[in-house]
Amino acid sequence: MTAQRTEQGGRIDRSKPVTFSFDGRLYSGFVGDTLASALLANGVHLVGRSFKYHRPRGILAAGSEEPNGLVAVRRDAARVTPNLRVTQVELYDGLVATSQNRWPSLERDFGRVNDLLSRFFPAGFYYKTFMWPRSAWKNFYEPIIRRAAGLGDAPTEADPDRYSQRYAHCDVLVIGAGPAGLAAALAAANSGARVILCDEQTEFGGSLLSDTQAEIEGSSGRDWTRQTVAILAQNPRVTLLPRTTAFGYFPHNFLGLNERLTDHLERPDPRLARERLWQVRAGAVVLATGAIERPLVFPGNDRPGILLAGAARTYLNRYGVRVGTRAVLVTADDMGYQAALDLQAAGVEIAAIADLRTNPGGALPAAARAAGVPIHSSATVLGTSGDLRVESIDIGRVDADGRVTLTERVSCDVVLMSGGYNPSVHLFSQSRGKLGWSDALKAFVPQQSAECERSAGASRGIFGLAAALDDGYAAGAAAAPQPTLEHRRFEVKATATASEAYLGALPEGPTPAKDKAFVDWQHDVTTRDLALATREGFRSIEHVKRYTTTGMATDQGKTSNLNALAIVAKSLGVPVPQVGLTSFRMPYTPTSFGSFAGTSRGDLFDPLRKTPIHAWAEAQGAVFEPVGLWMRARYFPKNGEDMHAAVARECLAVRNQCGIFDASTLGKIEVVGGGAAEFLNRLYINSWTYLGVGRSRYGILCRDDGFIYDDGVVARTAPDRFHVTTTTGGAPRVLAMMEDYRQTEWADLEVWLTSTTEQWAVIAVQGPESRRVLATLVEDADISAGALAHMAIVRGRICGVPLLLFRVSFSGELGFEVNVPADYGRAVWEAIYAAGQAFGMTAYGTETMHVLRAEKGYIIVGQDTDGTMTPDDAGLSWAIGKTKPDFVGKRSLQRASMTAPTRKQLVGLRTRDPKLVLEEGAQVAASAGQTPPMALLGHVTSSYFSAVLGHSIALAVVSGGRARVGQTLYVPMPGGDIPVEVTTPVFYDPTGARINA
Amino acid sequence: MPEQARRVTTEVAGSDWLRALPPATRFILHGDAEARRRAATVWGIAGAEDPLRAEVAADRASLWLGPDEYLLLDSGAAAGSDAHAADLALRLDAAMGTVPHALVDVSHRQTAIEVHGLHAAAILNGACPLDLDISRCPVGYCTRTVFAKADIVLWRTGEQSFHVEVWRSFSDYVTGLLAVIAQDYYPGP
Repeated sequence: MTAQRTEQGGRIDRSKPVTFSFDGRLYSGFVGDTLASALLANGVHLVGRSFKYHRPRGILAAGSEEPNGLVAVRRDAARVTPNLRVTQVELYDGLVATSQNRWPSLERDFGRVNDLLSRFFPAGFYYKTFMWPRSAWKNFYEPIIRRAAGLGDAPTEADPDRYSQRYAHCDVLVIGAGPAGLAAALAAANSGARVILCDEQTEFGGSLLSDTQAEIEGSSGRDWTRQTVAILAQNPRVTLLPRTTAFGYFPHNFLGLNERLTDHLERPDPRLARERLWQVRAGAVVLATGAIERPLVFPGNDRPGILLAGAARTYLNRYGVRVGTRAVLVTADDMGYQAALDLQAAGVEIAAIADLRTNPGGALPAAARAAGVPIHSSATVLGTSGDLRVESIDIGRVDADGRVTLTERVSCDVVLMSGGYNPSVHLFSQSRGKLGWSDALKAFVPQQSAECERSAGASRGIFGLAAALDDGYAAGAAAAPQPTLEHRRFEVKATATASEAYLGALPEGPTPAKDKAFVDWQHDVTTRDLALATREGFRSIEHVKRYTTTGMATDQGKTSNLNALAIVAKSLGVPVPQVGLTSFRMPYTPTSFGSFAGTSRGDLFDPLRKTPIHAWAEAQGAVFEPVGLWMRARYFPKNGEDMHAAVARECLAVRNQCGIFDASTLGKIEVVGGGAAEFLNRLYINSWTYLGVGRSRYGILCRDDGFIYDDGVVARTAPDRFHVTTTTGGAPRVLAMMEDYRQTEWADLEVWLTSTTEQWAVIAVQGPESRRVLATLVEDADISAGALAHMAIVRGRICGVPLLLFRVSFSGELGFEVNVPADYGRAVWEAIYAAGQAFGMTAYGTETMHVLRAEKGYIIVGQDTDGTMTPDDAGLSWAIGKTKPDFVGKRSLQRASMTAPTRKQLVGLRTRDPKLVLEEGAQVAASAGQTPPMALLGHVTSSYFSAVLGHSIALAVVSGGRARVGQTLYVPMPGGDIPVEVTTPVFYDPTGARINA
Repeated sequence: MPEQARRVTTEVAGSDWLRALPPATRFILHGDAEARRRAATVWGIAGAEDPLRAEVAADRASLWLGPDEYLLLDSGAAAGSDAHAADLALRLDAAMGTVPHALVDVSHRQTAIEVHGLHAAAILNGACPLDLDISRCPVGYCTRTVFAKADIVLWRTGEQSFHVEVWRSFSDYVTGLLAVIAQDYYPGP
């Protein structure tokens, strides 16, 4: 038994002792302890060093609002979690925790020098100091500040844990399982509603867990909690989520909850997810998030051993821990007395009570007086002493005329602060609800909801057990879709408590205190920083916040915001509500990245789309490249070839014999209906009216701004049916654009769209021998040159399965595209490949496809176009249906700027050195020897070495390019200007004899 | 004479909660109420027009996907055969007469799996944001929706079974994701 542990009581399991380490030292605790309660049980208050001044800091709170006790918990090198609040870390045997922001140790911290030099680090220090010289920022200031400013270290290895995610819906989501939340859940569940009840703590019960005297309906508060949770657990319509933080409130009652599944386990089953992110859509939300005790602002209020009175009571009653041996209470309300009386009953000496009120009356102060505790009324605190732990406190007295005198220095090892309670309105504020100022509570409370949401209990300033239960029940009943008429009053025995509060800094003594009075513990913001900010002219609380960083730490100012506001209001001489309130941002408490990433990692980060022929290509050793979500074979290296050699071989095979290429990824859309031709007329720049059945045409689609959006071959398979192909990457957006026009602009047309991209496997067979290869396999179709001309299509059978055969070519050779239902793709591919071996057939990939088309000057949308190219710029004005009254983009193309002769036009470029391959993206200039800034004419869009031509080729877009054919231009590169000759973009077979063979 | 090509669907390994469904004949039918009425006579169903509901008769089903769009499924013994699909297409087209419509064979476009068991809805909710509670998503409910970054058609065929249609190239992604999610309920050895 450790010194500070009580002999009995608390909700820890005394039969299960555990050992843990903190900063390398071993301590003991019990199952049911938090790291905070176990450290306190071992007499350890010192848990961290403050952010800026590196002052020693102790545990301030008992809940998630803890600003000081931030630790890293380490399981192994990959499982190090920094910035965990000691108050939320559940103890398990072997837990290893280390403090942060100190070097070399917590007790002797080098950074402490900052505190001694603190007058050189005023608010806005960084803004003022690190401005000049400008060049020093990147190499000197920033690295140093980054090293000094961090709280905790990120793990260096990949996170090995699994994170689960789950969408959920419910009628009523209740956040917070204290008395109000439990009652709300009970009421909603009684009405038959689907209910989710979550709480960030290990156990449900909230304040009832820290209360030993309350009675509800004849049971102790804790028994009532147990019974209520059991009733809820039996209801299949109720989901109970302990250890689950509602961290974000998104529009339309969509909330993010983070459930921690394994962090509390000594040896978690590796198959379990570490956390689960719940994305909940709730019909109604009940916020029963309770209230956070407000600390008091006085000089030296941050010494270890100075903590919130309610926290001390929680440590005693819930964890069986005495936070000290001799305590002083500084309080503004009766709740503080309750803590002091509980501690006294447990054997803690209460050396004094400093009550800020003039004349504290009521039952609790009377009980304290009766117990012989000296009570100072009209009190203030002038300072504290102690290095790593508080040793004494200077209590002062405020006269009726406001004069402050020192009354007494009281030695103590713990100081309890009680400044009243702040309703926890973070989620309400996130939901865009409007807060109102309560003069009685000296706090902001929910006033007007923006969502279907209601707050209940302490979170809306309804304090006291009976009132909170009744309020919670009423909220739960009203939130349910079938509201129950039942009203319920809970029979409660609890100590009545006044709800008074103190706001701002305590009155100061006649001479300025030497020590700092902290407002924001985590970001080290003092009363002086706030005063300086207002002196320097800051008026808006949002500006003060950014200048001083108050409330901007990981705790989001849970304990500091209101005091900061009050201090600013006082120094500006305006009422608090007039200063306003900074917005509460999500997450409520820090949430792990893994939880957000969930299953989106590794191979499951994105769908990896593979064609039916993918496995064949893989087996052939293909090198793949991602194209959109698709994986496409880029080239098929043989015998250790590099890409250059493989592509040269593949290109020559297609030019001289034949090649086979997987084109299954091409987008395909079936456009069907009596209005199909008219629909395409209105969309595409081409005319489709006279395209015969069994024929196809190269189509170009522009956006309404007249720039090329997509292209592809469109075939007419029946009078009212078109088989439209799109680029691989463009398929979804083309379908979306078509549907948009179909549904919103041209509802008059009888036409429907169906994506058939994946219905068909598409096998391109290209090259002079391609017809002879297919002739051995195709049945029920005449594919002879006379019967099947270039751009004709025919139905038939291949290998016994249905075939839609296109005679099309993206290579410039005689070519076909074999379309078969996708499940047959692999088998038909293999049959064609086998039959092709007698004709020298070679499989080729996207890289060879790119070279072949560039040799012919065929553009690739997105490579040779960039969203600012018109059809004419790309040399495709021949495709425009001249007699059509309209098409998407037509009017834009008639603007003067769209027809200017200086527009960048697609041309070919040839280097004088045939081996030199230009860099794609390289600029093109009119003259050599220029220095930046240069006059540039355009840039290279595609560039390859052409094996069949024996020299390099490039496509480029050049201002007025077509008029420059024959001219010499220059490509400026680091090694010097490269002279290039402007040519037409068609390098190979300009007459098209081969394609029509 | 080349050998008849073998049909190869995407491969899905079955488990306690997942079943790969055999090849089916599938059509997307677009058209107005009259087109759907005529299709229903061929399909052997009454031709109800309830939004987000599937209508089932023996091996056939018709899934409402939109005000003018239905997915027709045939999973009978002959469903894997192209001749059967072609025959069905002919009969549907014949029944239509001159009624405007679009009938497109998508038998190979997508594959189907069944997620079943006590945790079926919870597993699907691992990446599908819809409310799958039986009160909101009764047996017969069907819809186009998303499963993480993939589009799917989801059809509740039983209190604890869901039919999922997914485009073939997204199948690995959907089943891979399902397997990871299902670890929460079926942790395995």
